Amino acid sequence: MRAVAHDKVALAFGALFVAIVVLCLFAPVYAQDVAHTGPDDNHITETVIVDGKQVDVVSPQGVPIGPTWKGRFLLGADSNGRDVAVRLLYGGRNSLEIAAIATLITMVLAVLLGTLAGYLRGFADGVLSRLFDLVWAYPAVLLGVALGVALAVGGLNLGLFTLHSGSLLLPAFVIGIVFFPYVAKPLRAHALSLREREFVDAARVMGSSPLRIMVGEILPNLTSTIIVFVPLIVANAILLEAGLSYLGAGVQDPNPSWGTMIADGIRLIPGAIHLVLVPGVMLVLTVLSVNVFADGVRDALDPKAIVRGRF
Amino acid sequence: MAVFLARRLAALVAVLFAITVLTFLIFQAIPNGDPALRMAGRLATPQQVQDIRVQWGFDKPIYVQYAKTMEKVLDGSVISYTQQINVEQEIVRDLPPTISLALGAGVIWLVLGVLLGLLSAMHAGRLLDRVLTVFALTGISMPVFFLGAIMLYWLGYKWGLLPLGGYVPLTSDPWGWFTHMLMPWIALSIVSIGVYSRVLRANVLDVMSEDYVRTARAKGLSERRVLIHHVLRNSLMGIVTLWGLDFAWVIGGGAILVESVFNLGGVGQYAAQSIGRLDVPPVMVITMLVACAVVVLSTLVDLAYALLDPRVRLS
Repeated sequence: MRAVAHDKVALAFGALFVAIVVLCLFAPVYAQDVAHTGPDDNHITETVIVDGKQVDVVSPQGVPIGPTWKGRFLLGADSNGRDVAVRLLYGGRNSLEIAAIATLITMVLAVLLGTLAGYLRGFADGVLSRLFDLVWAYPAVLLGVALGVALAVGGLNLGLFTLHSGSLLLPAFVIGIVFFPYVAKPLRAHALSLREREFVDAARVMGSSPLRIMVGEILPNLTSTIIVFVPLIVANAILLEAGLSYLGAGVQDPNPSWGTMIADGIRLIPGAIHLVLVPGVMLVLTVLSVNVFADGVRDALDPKAIVRGRF
Repeated sequence: MAVFLARRLAALVAVLFAITVLTFLIFQAIPNGDPALRMAGRLATPQQVQDIRVQWGFDKPIYVQYAKTMEKVLDGSVISYTQQINVEQEIVRDLPPTISLALGAGVIWLVLGVLLGLLSAMHAGRLLDRVLTVFALTGISMPVFFLGAIMLYWLGYKWGLLPLGGYVPLTSDPWGWFTHMLMPWIALSIVSIGVYSRVLRANVLDVMSEDYVRTARAKGLSERRVLIHHVLRNSLMGIVTLWGLDFAWVIGGGAILVESVFNLGGVGQYAAQSIGRLDVPPVMVITMLVACAVVVLSTLVDLAYALLDPRVRLS
């Protein structure tokens, strides 16, 4: 971690990501005290005063107002007369929440199944590896969309707990499943090589149970691999969430998400390009900040990468 | 080699079977999606709904439905629920835009990815490398539909440089085909250019520190010859196998998004539209096709590796 602290570029982008997260967490405060409107409130028939003139929020031709750079409609309105800045922050909250839960699901599944497959080898490894191959062979967007649509219509009922359609956990669940083989496969390979090492033999000779060896000996040695993958999965989860929502298989209307906001904007092209630009730029900035930070973490934890030299 | 081959082929068949079962189950599990109710329309009597259910076999046990479905998939007679047209004919009709998109973008990202990665590695640590790294990381962070929308607005509407989406067949108007495909190609390839240039840069830097590269330099070979014959050849191995897989992947991933933005009318857009209509058969067939293509390609890549590298066979 000290190496990351010395990498100023990675650190700066990490700080940018934290700033975006904090900004999105303050969405309700911004909505109440600055914009004085909620994310789903329509102002389609209202007017606002810009430069001393009264302007329709949404023109009679259906073109919404662009950025006013004032408290109300700071970044303009959408075709329903909703405040884009407010929706941007609430949408960011949804996107980040989904990405965080999805990453958690991916990492838990991958660490559990990857370690098991690598350590147990034999039959268990055969079954689990085929499972990884199976999920991995599915194109991410197609599998995500198929699952997303299947679940979005009726929700999910797993006996003990039920997810209602429209719940944010549904896209998070879908994305978590889609990405887990990408982490599980390298973790399995790593665990497979670790189990042949002397310290594992030593533990086995001492009479440690397989569970104890996996948790106490193998897992600590997988930590750096796991840490390298976390920001990568977060970045890809944000991107996939946007893609799924864009196709209508992620966050459901009227709940905002950067993906659905861009989809709304594309429908109005060439009318109101700010509807595409505002969520799009935010999306790129967020993913870029995670990716640059991930690059720095990888270089810091992979000794080979340091020899190669960054930049 | 024979044992290895047999094992890989057995695994291939097992995974292909599992893919069809999984796909069938995902779509069978769509709640509230009773296809008979949807097909009968709003004013149907219970008797009509029941007739459709019997006629399409929705009343049979699930494994019978699976067997029937697979029979239809294999002899090419799947009918979509909502439009009641032959799905496989529709897919074949939609293939040209998708293949144009994937092949063109594939060539662009392979060539540019290798070129930029090589440039980056040759100038490692200097300004050009930094600029290219920023470019690659931005590319990796760019959602294809956002990039597509921006190009559509500025290159299409504002400056009128390129047509606003749609597809023109190569056989009827090659230049029109090219101009219509240009924006979709760029949108689809940017992410992969970023990934490939990063991977190649790392590979080249790895290979450059090998002993045989030092030997080649010591023999007095020109830097150009060392770079192309010794370094690049060995760095490309991984890239080319990656490309084989990504190619099948793109059809089921980025192509869906890009085709929708530019209204290309390809297989991906057909899938997206069918998803919107909750029309199970087309999505199921396309998902099966793409997933199978990925598995078959990855097996071919494994076999090629085993053929070239005996160490893989033995492990």
